[in-house]
Amino acid sequence: MKTYTNTGNKDTRSGFGAGLEELGKKNEQVVALCADLTGSLKMDAFKANHPERFFQVGIAEANMIGMAAGMTIGGKIPFTGTFANFSTGRVYDQIRQSVAYSGKNVKICASHAGITLGEDGATHQILEDIGLMKMLPGMTVINTCDYNQTKAATLAIAEYDGPVYLRFGRPKVANFTPENGEFKIGEAVELTQGNDVTIIATGHLVWEALEAAKTLNESGISAEVINIHTIKPLDANAIIASAKKTGCVVTAEEHNYMGGLGESVARVLSENTPTPIEMVATQDTFGESGTPAQLMEKYGLNAEAIVKAATKVIARK
Amino acid sequence: MADIAQLEDMVTQVRRDIIRQVHKVNSGHPGGSLGCAEFFVALYQEVMDRKEGFDMNGEGEDLFFLSNGHISPVFYSVLARSGYFPVDELNTFRLLDSRLQGHPTTHEGLPGIRMASGSLGQGISVSLGAAAAKKLNGDKHLVYTLCGDGELQEGQNWEAIMYAAANKVDNLIVSIDLNGQQIDGSTDAVLGMGSVRAKFEAFGWDVVDVEKGNDMSAVIDGLNTAKAKTGNGKPICVLLHTIMGNGIDFMMHTHAWHGKAPNDEQLAEGLSQNPETLGDY
Ligand SMILES: Cc1ncc(C[n+]2csc(CCOP(=O)(O)OP(=O)(O)O)c2C)c(N)n1
Ligand SMILES: [Mg+2]
Repeated sequence: MKTYTNTGNKDTRSGFGAGLEELGKKNEQVVALCADLTGSLKMDAFKANHPERFFQVGIAEANMIGMAAGMTIGGKIPFTGTFANFSTGRVYDQIRQSVAYSGKNVKICASHAGITLGEDGATHQILEDIGLMKMLPGMTVINTCDYNQTKAATLAIAEYDGPVYLRFGRPKVANFTPENGEFKIGEAVELTQGNDVTIIATGHLVWEALEAAKTLNESGISAEVINIHTIKPLDANAIIASAKKTGCVVTAEEHNYMGGLGESVARVLSENTPTPIEMVATQDTFGESGTPAQLMEKYGLNAEAIVKAATKVIARK
Repeated sequence: MADIAQLEDMVTQVRRDIIRQVHKVNSGHPGGSLGCAEFFVALYQEVMDRKEGFDMNGEGEDLFFLSNGHISPVFYSVLARSGYFPVDELNTFRLLDSRLQGHPTTHEGLPGIRMASGSLGQGISVSLGAAAAKKLNGDKHLVYTLCGDGELQEGQNWEAIMYAAANKVDNLIVSIDLNGQQIDGSTDAVLGMGSVRAKFEAFGWDVVDVEKGNDMSAVIDGLNTAKAKTGNGKPICVLLHTIMGNGIDFMMHTHAWHGKAPNDEQLAEGLSQNPETLGDY
């Protein structure tokens, strides 16, 4: 089984900050907007290097999205930065009308997504944002798994013309994808090959899926781990091919099972090759305060939960 | 008449509670909390007309809504010390399975909380609703709200502020924690708001300035003045000129402690500046 090395824990939001800093130097058209969370979003370097292209809007996310949409008229490529909750639910109609429906090239960059935001608790822990964003026609939805991939995705979405939701997080997690790797929007990444079960994971759960695959391997189960960083457009071919090979699927995401990656995968499978599926996700609940690790355990979002789901789905074959 | 010295003792204890809660879990928001300690103690101990115990509808008593939910440490401390739940429960702030969530919530049923807050800008609207319900119920009691000054940058506030004046919501007192600070810097540096007083007045509100927002007598006077103005066809705004981080010298006058916990030495220093009065939890 192919294994991966954690080159040192890093937060995905810092990957975004590093990508944005590089974009600032490379692409004159890139502008950044922030709603009083510059430090949390790691946008300080961009701000310091390009004060004229950095827009502090204050605690006013709706205005930020509207301004970003307007800046595209004149060729700018706006990157907005705030927490995932305030990037989506707070401003849904502004995104819907001024960005998605109007077809504007805005990159909505959202940190502190999911439950691993930790102690701030449920008011800040959005577990519904993938669903909200993937429902919007024309919106690309990306949830990166580590620092390197978040940096690569940040660079890649600047090259793509169209609205994008880029989701990342707060805690320091394993960094294991290649440095300066290529990021292809909409293309699944096969991390391990296996025959017994397919594990399709996104975001912070990708590393957990790899850990789960190791555990399963020890008991003679070979798991095929697929990193779906792009939830929309979804790489249906990769999913169908792997499901046909292994005959059962586990999905894993830091999101409600309703509206998340799992449901998108289920749709692809039921339309093309009906396959037993188990979803590792939150079960239609809000989060709560706690440390990221405690919350991942309590809400069943770790390697252990993936192993359990794999065992269960294999029995359903 | 209020016993000012006794209330000030409570403020000192509340400051201890704030930094001890935040220190224990190495997260939370001490700066804004410390600046509002006098306001909370004045409100709960002196100004509001409260019933024994807690019920959600709060009929026959004044209500309070915290819009800037991140200053939960001061809210929890004053609720506990006003008898809503055991003071010892402050030990569970931000821990797994606690009723004292990072931001206040009704979800875990903590007595004293009537609405979740944390996502900024929603408290005045909620208060308008509660104030309307009071009028429909023939309940003469008042609705109090606290907002941050940075929080006022959210547009929803101004929708609510406009509604309140147009609809003569005169059983509502909205206080603003005018500490001049938010996360990324001073409010002037982030998004200058000009005169908050002039803005509220332009929207048709009656405004009471409390220049010394960290002076117990001044806060009580200001809130009582506001109370006396209710029932006259205008919503009331109290501008509390406070100092972020008040009462702990190295935390004062800066946004740096908006959402940062003190380390062990800083905690010890902060506690030594605020000797125990009512007993630590
Ligand atoms: C809608 C929304 N946007 C952003 C945040 C993140 N946030 C929490 S507190 C804060 C600053 C609030 O400033 P202020 O109201 O002045 O409170 P203070 O810092 O003085 O305590 C921000 C931006 C939030 N909680 N809600
Ligand atoms: Mg402030």
